[in-house]
Amino acid sequence: MSTEKYTERERIFAYWLSRVNGIGAVSAARLYEICGSFERIYHEVQYNKKKQDFFIYSGMGPSVRKELDNAIELLELRESEYHRLEEENIQFVLYGEDSYPKRLINLYDKPMWLFFKGVLPSDSKPSAAIIGARSCTPYGRQEAEYFGRILAENGVNIISGMALGVDQAGHRGAIDGGGTTYAVMGCGIDTCYPPSGIRLHTDICKHGGVMSEYGFGVPPASSHFPIRNRIISGLSDLVIVIEARRRSGSLITADLAVEQGKEVFALPGRRIDPLSEGCNRLISQGAGIITRPEDVLDFFYIKCKNSYKNTKKSVNALAKSEKMVYSCLDSQPKHIEAVMKCCALTAGECMTALLNLEFQGLILQPMNQYYVRKII
Amino acid sequence: MFSKINSFSTRGIDGYKITVEVNVSDGLPSFVMVGYLAEEVREAQERVRTALKNAGFRLPPKRITVNLSPAGVRKEGTGCDLAIAAGILRCLWQQNDMESDSTWDSWAFIGELGLDGSIKPLTGVLSMVYEAYLCGIKRVFLPEENVVEGRSVDGIEIVGIHDIKKLSECLQHPESIKGQWFSPDLFKLTQEEFDIDFDELVGLPLVRRATEAAAAGRHNILYIGPAGTGKTMAARRIPTILPPLTLKESIEVSKIYSICGLLKPDTPLMLHRPFRSPHHSTTAQAMTGGGRNPKPGEISLSSYGTLFLDELTEFHPAILDLLRQPMEEGSITVSRLNQTVVFPAKAMVAAAMNPCKCGFFPDQSKCRCSPPQIRRYLSRVSGPFLDRIDIGIDVPRQEITNYGHTVQTSPHNDSSATMRNRVMYAYARQQERFGAEEISYNSQMNRRQIEKYCQLSAEDTEFLEKIEKNHGISARGHVKILKVARTLADLDGQSDISRNQLAEAISFRSFEKKYWGNM
Repeated sequence: MSTEKYTERERIFAYWLSRVNGIGAVSAARLYEICGSFERIYHEVQYNKKKQDFFIYSGMGPSVRKELDNAIELLELRESEYHRLEEENIQFVLYGEDSYPKRLINLYDKPMWLFFKGVLPSDSKPSAAIIGARSCTPYGRQEAEYFGRILAENGVNIISGMALGVDQAGHRGAIDGGGTTYAVMGCGIDTCYPPSGIRLHTDICKHGGVMSEYGFGVPPASSHFPIRNRIISGLSDLVIVIEARRRSGSLITADLAVEQGKEVFALPGRRIDPLSEGCNRLISQGAGIITRPEDVLDFFYIKCKNSYKNTKKSVNALAKSEKMVYSCLDSQPKHIEAVMKCCALTAGECMTALLNLEFQGLILQPMNQYYVRKII
Repeated sequence: MFSKINSFSTRGIDGYKITVEVNVSDGLPSFVMVGYLAEEVREAQERVRTALKNAGFRLPPKRITVNLSPAGVRKEGTGCDLAIAAGILRCLWQQNDMESDSTWDSWAFIGELGLDGSIKPLTGVLSMVYEAYLCGIKRVFLPEENVVEGRSVDGIEIVGIHDIKKLSECLQHPESIKGQWFSPDLFKLTQEEFDIDFDELVGLPLVRRATEAAAAGRHNILYIGPAGTGKTMAARRIPTILPPLTLKESIEVSKIYSICGLLKPDTPLMLHRPFRSPHHSTTAQAMTGGGRNPKPGEISLSSYGTLFLDELTEFHPAILDLLRQPMEEGSITVSRLNQTVVFPAKAMVAAAMNPCKCGFFPDQSKCRCSPPQIRRYLSRVSGPFLDRIDIGIDVPRQEITNYGHTVQTSPHNDSSATMRNRVMYAYARQQERFGAEEISYNSQMNRRQIEKYCQLSAEDTEFLEKIEKNHGISARGHVKILKVARTLADLDGQSDISRNQLAEAISFRSFEKKYWGNM
């Protein structure tokens, strides 16, 4: 089956099926197996609707049956939508077609179809997923950006989910590193979720691609996200967890990756940091530990170039007060008052130094009036 | 027989003159009142008739007509009772000769009558007496209880009347009238005694600094921070460091309080800056002022003082947005069916809020709010409202060891008195600078004044431009930064704004972008 091509007509019916609520990858694959073609699925459903014969519905809930029945009338609409895909620069690939990512073929719950903008990750290039908490710490955000950048610079595709926090930082790092990055969305292909990431979304389309199992106008339902996680891990050769709480969606992705036989790496953190608990636990369970980008690149047998470039900041040229302020900051956010107390400077001197340091790219203000050292 | 008597009533917070015309003529006995009257004014005829009778005067069986002029304006309130009674008495004494006694023209009568002939106190006396003074009235007859309040207007004689009998005695022997006058000791500013003090607040040097700046330049201030860090504590102590009221300001505030009947009987003028802290369940009317007959709201009642909005995000968003215009213009126009009035709204707004629903953000080990939850929480405060905040300060959670210090031993524990001295110093510098201008605080500077008084060195201008470009600060933000920097320089006793103050002012403005920007 993997070599066969679908006719245009078949693809339209596949598109029709993809737009039925409640039909996921597994049920679609089952239907396809029973009926033999997407067109047959349509006709079977149409026939069964009249005859009330539930043969092909076995194993499906009543709500899915109803959705299928209702979808019969929508064929024409779907057909026009299908033709609109091209106008919107959206491509539609089916399982078994040549451009379908090879990494996904052997998954049990492989997606039967994918919508994408831009391109799909190439099968020959190594790829890594950078995932982690949405409400990450400034440290996690910087680390995600750092690993995204270094890996991308060394020719690794970065896969992630466009979520706030670690995911977006990973994408951003990869783009900054001049590499390619791919986002797997949990909403319709034509929407950007979260909406605040719209600029990143367009950037990703230019430097890689955005993909989704869901077509036009599907809202970002919470149930979609764990499902799309299997594609993230499926498309990657290894998964890097930057920050995760004890019970985190990222750990689900890590579990999926293990099930799919992928390598899992985690960034260690302090014992007391709630956002490192998940990572530390992964490490104790046998995940790889990352202390530097080489740990990942060695896995791909890539020799790391320039990983330490720009990471060491020169602080010699700073003014005295700036040096004092810089030396009292670390990776934990510190309020201006704490800095003032620590350096024994007045508010004005302290803020001047902070603004200067921030301007020189040595420190960050992740939250209002809280500062951290920039680590990359 | 005809007589004309002056009286006053209030509209908004200002008084206006009412001329009570009484005509007693032959005809069927009746008592008619005209002049677009509210029910309580119309009822005056029963009060006046009975009061006069009980005081021993007999109304002649004649046709009595009372007109309240200007007849086109709706009259409300019971303050004209006394004037109507005086008008009738005058007609009775005149007999038939229409003597033109001009002394009565410079007199005014304000008071409500009881059926026994007693005269009862009113609200809004200050506004009415002040208006009377402006109209050239020389002598005002007031209820005994309101005399102290009336005396706070300089240049007008106040006569307290206890009942109708006393009134008639006075009127028949005008030479015996002994009025009371304004005396300066009515406005004797005493340093207000507070049972709270800034030295109870542990540490927080930056929060103190921001509060001082807000108090000195009357900048609006927003405290953001986790629960229990001292936001409310700091805000509640703002009155303890504010400069004292001036007489002009005091009269303005007292007028508002007089209208609402909130003046204390023994202190006719507000001697201290008001501090109002409405609960967040407050309604739009209570906040801005309103009612069929508009009364001032919280924003007006805190004029020249502080309006403290605790738990800012719990206020209904629409109510916060109502404050936008008054915060900008310093006054609020309330339009109702009967009238449109303008109330002053020159409050300095202090607000306190948590950064998220659980209150712990940005402490990741405690805060479990998801980014959309935080966004939803913060979005209850609108951008335009934030635009009107000059100083935003994050109140950090302090290390536990700090609490071990007692009030005396802890460092950075300036008392209110120390902070007040610094504020007064900055206040004096502002008075000196704005001597010739109409404004008295840095926050009131307009574009031209900012250009004149907030000059930066070439280096600093470049620095500010660079930062603004980097941080995406708007033109309005630029102006706020300069104003706050000016106040900070005043606090430091510098004639020019230096880099340090500029940096501080920039930092005080970063809250908007960090919390509300890029969401």
